[in-house]
Amino acid sequence: MSNDALLSVRGVAKHYGAHIGCSDVSFDLFPGEVMGIVGESGSGKSTLLNCMAGHLAPDAGEVVFDTRTDGPRDTLQMSEPERRMLSRTDWAFVHQHARDGLRMGVSAGGNVGERLMAVGARNYADIRSTAIDWLDRVEINESRIDDRPTTFSGGMQQRLQIARNLVTGPRLVFMDEPTGGLDVSVQARLLDMIRSLVRDMGLSAIIVTHDLAVVRLLADRLMVMKSGHVVEAGLTDQVLDDPQHAYTQLLVSSILQV
Amino acid sequence: MNAQHEEPVTMDQDYNFAYLDEQTKRMIRRAILKGLAIPGYQVPFASREMPMPYGWGTGGVQVSAAVMTRDDKFKVIDQGADDTTNAVSIRSFFQRVAGVATTTRTADATIVQTRHRIPEQDLVEGQILVYQVPIPEPLRFLEPRESETRKMHSLEEYGLMHVKLYEDISRHGHIATAYSYPVKVEGRYVMDPSPIPKFDNPKLGDCAAIQLFGAGREQRIYALPPYTNAVSLDFEDHPFEASKADHPCGLCDAQNSYLDEVIIDDAGGRMFVCSDTDFCTMRQADGHKGKDAA
Repeated sequence: MSNDALLSVRGVAKHYGAHIGCSDVSFDLFPGEVMGIVGESGSGKSTLLNCMAGHLAPDAGEVVFDTRTDGPRDTLQMSEPERRMLSRTDWAFVHQHARDGLRMGVSAGGNVGERLMAVGARNYADIRSTAIDWLDRVEINESRIDDRPTTFSGGMQQRLQIARNLVTGPRLVFMDEPTGGLDVSVQARLLDMIRSLVRDMGLSAIIVTHDLAVVRLLADRLMVMKSGHVVEAGLTDQVLDDPQHAYTQLLVSSILQV
Repeated sequence: MNAQHEEPVTMDQDYNFAYLDEQTKRMIRRAILKGLAIPGYQVPFASREMPMPYGWGTGGVQVSAAVMTRDDKFKVIDQGADDTTNAVSIRSFFQRVAGVATTTRTADATIVQTRHRIPEQDLVEGQILVYQVPIPEPLRFLEPRESETRKMHSLEEYGLMHVKLYEDISRHGHIATAYSYPVKVEGRYVMDPSPIPKFDNPKLGDCAAIQLFGAGREQRIYALPPYTNAVSLDFEDHPFEASKADHPCGLCDAQNSYLDEVIIDDAGGRMFVCSDTDFCTMRQADGHKGKDAA
């Protein structure tokens, strides 16, 4: 593997019985880089993402992450406490449905503060001011800090989920269809926000989506998946403007023009 | 048992001593020993059906039955009182099935089974305090999945416990949790001390007596050995505070005992009395007199 990669994925495969979830996926992700993974439903994007984020155990391969303390380490070989610590500090995971990533019975401030408290913050005033700061950064009014996410709109819930994930200053963010199920104007604002956060914080991100507009806007590089295999990879603009693989050509030509 | 010991006449001979059979008691004792070895850890045990409904203290009763000997003096309190239904029923249950001597004096008792209080009088070495626990899992209402909470305990992931306290402060301006206030035991396990008022929390730590917690419906036993460290969770800028009603006892004038508020008429009249009836009676016998005493 190259030494300066933040995340190196080598030969990751996951089978569901006879079905292929994903097969022989390898790539490097460099610091500050945003990687998009596109493909139709069932192409193995989410399986791959969950394997990388430690939610699923892949059947083969390695996922090497450049940890702050010990340098590059295969996260699949880590003990569970280490991996969970990693996913609370250096990693973040944004779910497609905000409800999966939020605690719906806990106020917005508590949701943002949870990760801080999980890594040992014990000063109420500090936690609260950090939460207010983050709500502001994701364009949620400070007055909503004590409201539960159930009273929020879909777009606000998604922004709250992002704030909750980014509050501990992670270096790598996994996003699973972050704009799914939102209407287009809300999507546009959310994408705008994600883009500026990623640039400001120098985050690396892996974004899984079926929406080519999302990757066009956010991703530096792109991988196209079909039936569990990566069929094409390259710079986003290059792949989208000059698709080589037949499936990518189909995907690009299927975009509805208004 | 030693031969010259006389069987008390009240014991019902149709039952094994203390109701449970010897194998069951042995199984429970094992769980207790494991609990004592790992303070604050919830040990699963095969809870039995008891001749009383869940919620009446089936867990506590099983623990008491497992540790009881013929020479014990047994005291039962419910919310601090010796004369409430729950306390009276359990006391007479053990009188009948174990024939043990009972008492209402905290100082005389060797086993004290309690619901929702720790006696005001300091416990001493040699005494056992048995708690009746409805819900042993402190994280239950934040994380309903038992598989997940067990993992959180084993990996020491207790950030969520502070989220609950955070929510309290953001909603009420202070930590409003007044009972079942979570404690961290020996810097390791977070434990629900059963629904005792947080006024009693400081008495959990560094206690001379053995403290055993039994949850019958949930099938869990946990324990605090004598002189164990138990710290109530809090924030740096919102420290733990043991609170009580800001009044003296109306009967015995005690300034620092936990009080019950009793409505005495329909014109807003009320009095505050010690919830620990033994403590209050002793003080009255010593000549202390509150403003509402007859």
